[in-house]
Amino acid sequence: MTVPGAWYLTLAAFVFVIGATGLLVRRNVLVMFMCVELMLNAVNLTFVTFARMLDDIGGQVVVFFVLVVAAAEVVVGLGIIVAIFRRRAGATADDISMLKG
Amino acid sequence: MDWVVFIVAAVVILVGALGVVTSSNPVHAALSLVLTLFGVAVMFVAEQAQFLAVVQVIVYAGAIVVLFLFVIMLLGVDQAENLEVEPLVGQRPAAIGVGIAALAALLLPILFGKWQWLSGQASVVGPAHTGTEPNVNRLATELFTRYLLPFEATSVLLVIAVVGAVVLARRPLASERQGETVTEEP
Repeated sequence: MTVPGAWYLTLAAFVFVIGATGLLVRRNVLVMFMCVELMLNAVNLTFVTFARMLDDIGGQVVVFFVLVVAAAEVVVGLGIIVAIFRRRAGATADDISMLKG
Repeated sequence: MDWVVFIVAAVVILVGALGVVTSSNPVHAALSLVLTLFGVAVMFVAEQAQFLAVVQVIVYAGAIVVLFLFVIMLLGVDQAENLEVEPLVGQRPAAIGVGIAALAALLLPILFGKWQWLSGQASVVGPAHTGTEPNVNRLATELFTRYLLPFEATSVLLVIAVVGAVVLARRPLASERQGETVTEEP
């Protein structure tokens, strides 16, 4: 007996909201980044679920592209974080409130 | 049996997600993230997306989380963070309120069985499974025919990301640094 797709969608909605709330609540830049990854994974799960429910391979192709973009995003994001930490030692996003160098 | 797999994986995913948000130590958050990513990979297998499950484990759990841990250790920010501090007054209740509102908005179409509102038309590209053909074959066929241009565009994106990371991580040369100090002088 297979699990209906609605259960997967509900789970993905919960994971997405946990990630979004964490992004708003946490102050550590690295943890905020991990929350973005959580949200991306929730959306991936939704795409795969719809690919199964609608019997359409397009959803899985989109997940493939999301994985590539997520990898590129993490590389650039962590590069920016390392560049910021080289100038100042602070782990919170609130310390980086000024654009002035 | 499917239900057992689903419930176990769902518990693993939710515990990992809550661990990412609530743990004060970034290393613990990264390890909780691994838990969630493995749970999602199990879900992919349960939904007959075997190739994506393998890629999920290799790319996410194998590369991205290692990159996170590497940066945490490199920067030495693995000390615990005080979670009690609230920089903006009322930020936390407002964030949780927004989260609950978003959850309600996402769950309403599912509860009423109208998930078509979220997904759109049925089967525009092609079937996900045809007879005994493996999932990898179907995915590769679509990727290298219909989605060839986006696939080539991702290679450009990866090159840009690599170049950007090198530019961001490199230390400025001595001559450039002197130019910087001169321009910063009032």
